Amino acid sequence: MKKVYLYYKFERIWHWTQAILIFFLGFTGFEIHGSFTLFGFETAVAWHNIAAWAFIVLIAFAIFWHLSTDAWKQYMPTFQNLKAQAEYYLFGIFRNAPHPTKKTVLSKLNPLQRLVYLGLKVLVIPVMVVSGLLYMFYRYPSGAEMKAIEMGGLEVVALIHTAGAFMLVVFVIVHLYLITTGHTLTTNLKAMITGYEEIEDEDEAAAPADESEKKEIPV
Amino acid sequence: MRYTGLLIITLLAAFITGRGQHKEMDYVPRKQDPMYQNKSVDHSKFSELHKNFETVQEVTNTCLKCHTERGKEVMETSHWNWEREAHIEGRGVTYLGKQNLINNFCTGIAGSEGTCTRCHIGYGYDDKDFDFSNQSNIDCLVCHDNSQTYSKAPGSAGYPHQQVDLSYAAQNVGAPGKHNCGVCHFYSAGGNNVKNGAMEKALLNTTRDVDVHMAKDGPDMSCVECHETEKHQMKGKYYGVSSMDRNRATCSSCHTEQPHQTNILNEHTLKVSCQTCHIPTYAKVNPTKTNWDWSTATKLDKDGNPYAIDNDEGRHEYLSIKGSFEWGTNLEPDYIWFNGTADHHYLTDKIDEMPVQINTLHGSYDDDRSKIRPVKIHTGKQPYDTEYNNLIQMKLWDKEEGQGALWVDFDWGRSLEAGMDYLDLPYSGEYDFIETEMTLPLSHMVSPADQSVSCTECHTRKGSRLEGLTDFYMPGRDYNAAIDTAGVWLIILSLLGVAAHSAIRIFSWKNRKIKA
Repeated sequence: MKKVYLYYKFERIWHWTQAILIFFLGFTGFEIHGSFTLFGFETAVAWHNIAAWAFIVLIAFAIFWHLSTDAWKQYMPTFQNLKAQAEYYLFGIFRNAPHPTKKTVLSKLNPLQRLVYLGLKVLVIPVMVVSGLLYMFYRYPSGAEMKAIEMGGLEVVALIHTAGAFMLVVFVIVHLYLITTGHTLTTNLKAMITGYEEIEDEDEAAAPADESEKKEIPV
Repeated sequence: MRYTGLLIITLLAAFITGRGQHKEMDYVPRKQDPMYQNKSVDHSKFSELHKNFETVQEVTNTCLKCHTERGKEVMETSHWNWEREAHIEGRGVTYLGKQNLINNFCTGIAGSEGTCTRCHIGYGYDDKDFDFSNQSNIDCLVCHDNSQTYSKAPGSAGYPHQQVDLSYAAQNVGAPGKHNCGVCHFYSAGGNNVKNGAMEKALLNTTRDVDVHMAKDGPDMSCVECHETEKHQMKGKYYGVSSMDRNRATCSSCHTEQPHQTNILNEHTLKVSCQTCHIPTYAKVNPTKTNWDWSTATKLDKDGNPYAIDNDEGRHEYLSIKGSFEWGTNLEPDYIWFNGTADHHYLTDKIDEMPVQINTLHGSYDDDRSKIRPVKIHTGKQPYDTEYNNLIQMKLWDKEEGQGALWVDFDWGRSLEAGMDYLDLPYSGEYDFIETEMTLPLSHMVSPADQSVSCTECHTRKGSRLEGLTDFYMPGRDYNAAIDTAGVWLIILSLLGVAAHSAIRIFSWKNRKIKA
């Protein structure tokens, strides 16, 4: 085993800020939806909007970072090892089988993570941002008067935003569980806090299940 | 990291501004305006007004000697004509007003003008042949007497009480005050606050809690400060008789279209009228009638005399002349979409819905001109012709017995016959009573901003004030059952999946330990 610096400072700040914002948006959002009372409707609306702006600022920084550091390549989907990874979660993990995908600095994510995170980045979050902005601005002040984007009311936008919110709740539940599936229960959590993770050396690595898994995933 | 956190906190703080506060108003009410207090004309100094007027017409003619063109202006108004030209979709150009429309209270004036026209701004309107072109019959004093000594006598077709000192009243004229408007508009439909529910005598001396505008401890505004008047045409509409979206008195004429500090409240103004949030309740001081059932009228006591039954608060619960009533205080309004246009039920219209809508206010979410508006819905029961299937105008009042007046002779059949005969409308002789409804938009008794309707009174799953308006999606109230059910099940399934997976992990881990 060797200690590797896996997550940069920006990545960690980004990750945890995003985590806090998603939780906060979730609680305020579902209060606005009428699911429960927590902060009070008016406060929930005000804070949901503020948190949304903070999220958008964060996304802007994240996009810049991903583009300027080439980190976006981490999310390129691959079908290599995808089946093995799924089989690991379904069976291997119970037999204490080795992780089929090795973490390296150049490839931090397993094929399932790549798919899911890419889905979040290019589908769920953009849909939430666009529907959220429409929600906020389908009526907007223009000089002395108030104008409206003609979209036949709020229903479609609101329902898309709600559906996306449910998807994110499900993601958070599964994500929180899967972080316990590292080398030890807290390996992944520690890594995202400190940036360092102990990963297996090439030589010490257990023999892969089949030859194809040996290949380095290109970054 | 420290600096990033600081930056985020600063950004967040920048977004937090004062919530819900109104922009400061810099309006100086007329009573506090030095320009208004220093009148340019003092009518008590005019020798023409220091005389013993023989007739009321003599007063009017004296007014018109100086105010030469005002008579023509007044004769253009609906206060004088009791009708106005209106275009109603499906009907074309019509002439409607108190002259010919029915309402859900005393119903209509036909055949009973002598008493109803106590609230006409003229003299001698005692039947349908009144001469609307004689400006000598304009009653200037009822609106312009500021001495509060002038008043019209009951059953006198608009003529004042005999004892009124016309000279004194004429010397004390000025812009109409609350009293002048209130003498009719507070007491319409036969008693204080009966009709509208938010216009009543309490407004003559009230506090901000009841009405922020007219409050003695507030700006103490008079009616005409909002109902601005040009050439005697007053801004403002009463949709019991009005039909078109024109010359309305608006809040925004003073408060602007975007009076709130926060955009989210200003955005509401596209679909929500000011009144909706700022008139949380009506009939705040004295009760208003909520139901008027004519069908029980004409009962007499054992001596053959009409009688009255009062409720605990001293309001009439029953009157032989008018039937049974229900009253309400501190009522929560009903809410409708309203675009400023309305239709009315004509006496000649066939009944095709239950309850009969005496007036119909138009509007919907999809209509750009429509806004949500608080209204009083007044229910009732009125006589209708069971054969011809239309409402019937009864004759209510007459000076003499035997003319068929309901309030004099207590005979339904003859009253209905006399009313329809007066209007030259057919009546089969067969009548019964039918449920009716009238919708009265509320605009008065505006509450202070801190008492306005709060977000969750509408934005809530259960018991929303707007639960009757279902043609649009409102956050906090509405949801899609399929999406919510699917979402909740996805959450449950993922939790179950996590639980099952971790259970097997723990189980297999223990197994391995035992084997090892």
